[in-house]
Order: sequence, then C-alpha cells, then structure tokens
Amino acid sequence: MKTASKIYTALIFLFLFAPIAILLVFSFNEAKSLSVFSGFSLKWYAELFHDSATLESVRNTLLLAVSAMALSTVMGTAASVGIHHLRSRWLRAALNTATDIPMTNPDIITGISLMLMFVFVGRLFGLANSLSFWTMLIAHVTFCLPYVILQVLPRLNQMDPSLPEAAMDLGCTPLRAFLKVTIPEILPGILTGAVMAFTMSLDDFVISYFTAGAGFQTLPIRIYNMTKKTVTPKMYALATIIFFVILALLLISNLTGGDAGEPRKPRRTRRKKVLHAPEVKNDYVFAEINTGR
Amino acid sequence: MSREVAPARRGVGPALAPYTVWAALFIVVPLLFVAYYAFTDNSFAFTLENISRFFTAKSTAEGREQRTYLVIFWRSLRLAVISTVLCLLLGYPLAYIMARSGARRQRVMMILVMIPMWMNFLIRTYAWMTILQDTGILNGFLALLGLGRVHIIGTESAVVIGMVYDYLPYMVLPIYSIMAKMDVKLLEAARDLGCNSFSVLRRVILPLSLPGVLSGVTMVLIPSVSTFYISQKLGNGKFFLIGDAIEGQYTANNLHFAAAMAFILMVALLAVMAVMKELTNRHVRGGSGA
Repeated sequence: MKTASKIYTALIFLFLFAPIAILLVFSFNEAKSLSVFSGFSLKWYAELFHDSATLESVRNTLLLAVSAMALSTVMGTAASVGIHHLRSRWLRAALNTATDIPMTNPDIITGISLMLMFVFVGRLFGLANSLSFWTMLIAHVTFCLPYVILQVLPRLNQMDPSLPEAAMDLGCTPLRAFLKVTIPEILPGILTGAVMAFTMSLDDFVISYFTAGAGFQTLPIRIYNMTKKTVTPKMYALATIIFFVILALLLISNLTGGDAGEPRKPRRTRRKKVLHAPEVKNDYVFAEINTGR
Repeated sequence: MSREVAPARRGVGPALAPYTVWAALFIVVPLLFVAYYAFTDNSFAFTLENISRFFTAKSTAEGREQRTYLVIFWRSLRLAVISTVLCLLLGYPLAYIMARSGARRQRVMMILVMIPMWMNFLIRTYAWMTILQDTGILNGFLALLGLGRVHIIGTESAVVIGMVYDYLPYMVLPIYSIMAKMDVKLLEAARDLGCNSFSVLRRVILPLSLPGVLSGVTMVLIPSVSTFYISQKLGNGKFFLIGDAIEGQYTANNLHFAAAMAFILMVALLAVMAVMKELTNRHVRGGSGA
C-alpha cells in the first residue's frame, strides 16, 4: 500500500509537472524547436530582456495586481466588519449572495457582463471605446473582493466580541478599539485575503480579456495574443523565471516560521486532533466556497 | 440585550456603504445587462431572436444537418462532466494520501499542487500542445519504446487532458483541506467498532469529505464548461465549446447573441448548482457535524 501510494503520487506529479519541465528545458534550447533539444543557450533570456512590449506587459500586470489588491483589501475588510455587525438579516443575505456571484459564475460570464455594461455606459457618453486600465481595475477589484471577504469575515466571527468592548470600557474610542484590538485579531485573514487577491489578479486571463482596453496589455493577454501564432521560446524563458519566483515565494512562506498566511484556529475553541498532521499553511478557502456558508 | 446596542455597531454604515454600492453596480447591474442585451436587438428593441437562434440555428457538419449551438452546448457539458469525473478519480486518492502523510511532506505536496495553479495557464496549455503534437514529445517517447504513434492533438481526448491538467488542483485542494481537518478519533472509533480499512473509507471518510468533493466538483465543472482557450489550442479549433461560441460572437462584435449565450449558460449552471447545493445540504444534515 505504501509503495502503491508513492507510485501513484509520483505519477500525478509527473502529469502536473511535465509541461512545466518542458518549458524549463526548452527555454535553454539553442534552436527554436519545442520538441528537439539541440544545445544549451541563454539567448532566449537575452531576447526576453530586449522585448520591451513583454516587459511593459509585466509592469502593467504588477501595477494592476497591486492596485486591485489594495482596493479590494481595504474595501473588503471594511465590508466584512459591516456585514459582521449587520442586524438586518435580509441585507446580510443579499450581500452574501452578491459576494457569491463572482465566485460561482464562470469567468467568461463575469467578463462579458462587465464588458456589456462598460460598452453601454461608454456609448451613453459618446465614447467609441470605453475599455481602459480603469475598466480592468474595476473588473479585477470586483472578482478579488469575495476572496478578501471570505477570509476576513470568518475571523471576525471567531473573535470574542468582548475584546473590543473591554477596550472601550477601559477608555478607548470605538475607532481606537477597532484599530488596536479588532485589526490585530483579524490581521491574518486580511493578509491571506490580500495575497489571494494579488495572485488572482496576476493570473487572470478571461475577465481581463473581455474588459481590457487596446492600450493596456497585461501579461496573460500578451501571451494569448502570442499563442495565436507561434510562441518563441522567450515566453518559455519568462515562464521559467515566473516558476522560480513562485517556487521561492511558496518555499519562504511555507517552510519558514512566518505565519502570515496561516489561518489560526480560534483561540477559544478546543483544538481538534486532526488526521496525522496539524493545520497546513496556505489552507485555501476552497472548502468554504459553496459549501461552508 | 445591552450587547446588541454595543457602540461598535455605530460605525457599520460607512464601513459597509462602499461595498454595497460596488456590489450593486459591478456585480448585480452587469448581470442585468446580460439579460438586457440577450433580449434586445442591435437597436435595443425587445426581441426573442437571439434566444431562439441558440435553440434553432442549423448547420451541416459531416454531411448531416444539426442544431449548431445545441450540439456545441451538449459537447461542452459532456467534456466538462468527463473532465470533472476524471479529476475526482485522480484527485481524491491524492488528497487522501496527502492528508495521511507527515506534516512536512504535506507541506511539500501542497506547494507542488499549488505551483501549477499560479503559473499562467495559457502557457502551460500551450506546452501540452507541443507534448501532444504528432511530432511531439509523447510520440517521440512512444516511438523510443517501440510503441506506435498516437494521434491525440485535435481530438476530444486532447481537450479533456487539457481540462484535467488545468483544473486538477482545484479538485485536490478542497478535498484535502476537509480531510486534513477530519477528527482522527472518528476513524479510530470506526476501527474499534470493527471496520476494516475499506469500510472506514466508505462509511466514515467518504461521507465526511463530501462537502470538499462537491466544492471541488463545482470548481472544476464551472471553468471547464466555459473554457475557450483549451479547446482552441488542444482541439485545433475543431471542437467548438460554448466558451468558443461566446468568444467568437464577442470578437465578431455580435454582443447581443454573445449575451444570449452567456445568459443561457448562466441559467443552466444556476440550475446545476441549485441541485448540487440541495444534495450537499441533505447529506450534511444527515451525516457529518463538521
């Protein structure tokens, strides 16, 4: 059984990493071929760093991801606090439903729906082309918000409500109690939400594709346009660099002590014994989506 | 009672207002626009033309007449269901193995499952194209082993391989995260009460992991039913899926018909999700307390 499961795991990971391995290997290929390796060369890396359009799309992608992350984290955290304290059941249900929509709708529908609205509103103002960086930013904030809320809201629900009350009894203003007590309590959720918003924005293609203006190209859109024709191995070089950056980030966040991304258990509930191992870091919200709420 | 009127509640309005406005403007209103475009023509007069075109448009393929969009829609659904089932069959054992490994190995496997998710899926799918080509690496490898070549690229199998590859992590992670939290005492209790490994799996682990399975199924089914890139690249454009149809109409600036197809897809998926939610609720109520 033990060996069987090892072989099984190895085969699955072989399947998951085969294309990535191909990208890595052929980014160092001398020739342009993607199936025959003819010699080691770094020329595609050199070409990549001379491809100003691709470099600009990388900059655009980062700019968009950072902006979308900042906006959605602030707005999503405020919204979570609001929803947490909301007394109207009706409004809470309505907001929860609205939050679920971008997560359960296919990206293509989210993209199309925003595009239709932008085009329609743009036409009202007599704009021939209303799609731009700003429409893309709106789209990205929209699909990032639910991830932030789904991370922050559970933290608020787990927090002991008497903590901020105690702070206020001791003379804090409500705002000060919020900043000094509530925020530190829910900070891990805020950080995980921010990281997820950032990566979602970074990786998004479909929604960007429908809401992007002609003048603002992100990396996924550039790759899409390139793969319509043949892709030169310089994109493989780029993928290789991305791979090592992600690998480094994941290793740092998972194997060192830093626990920013770790959803801590609520302090006051009894810790359950779990199947063989404690909570694993970067535990995604996946289980919460659709079922946990 | 005094807790209900705690001062913390005063600040709720300003905190909630931006998101409420945002959600209304950019989540709800755009969906209304989908419906609006779906039921209007180019001059925004009401019409059922777009919807009926989806159900009645005919074309000839392989010498016989067929309903173009219904065939496409059915194919999308079929390939998505096949991919989802394959993801479940491949992913469930992996999630189980992961959850039963030591803490350190769990983390390493988590990283390995997550890395592909964070690399651009377009370029990974493109890499599959080069692997599966008639002159690609897979065929080279098979030839090396003395086995015959296989023609995969441009077939439905290639599209399914692409979908399974792209969405497998979305199946593994939710199942794994439920299994990792499972109370080990339950498994011990089942064993004490005379279950063998297989019946522990069938009677305890499977029912308890069901929410994770349903979550994974949704997360694989929805993107695979609506994809358009995978079918373009690995299907050689021969296997139009509903996503391709929508994207094609968008590119051709046929926004009203694109909206109509998006509308129909949305309604169909809402129905599927409602059924699945009902199933989960029934099982969760009947079984696990987790």
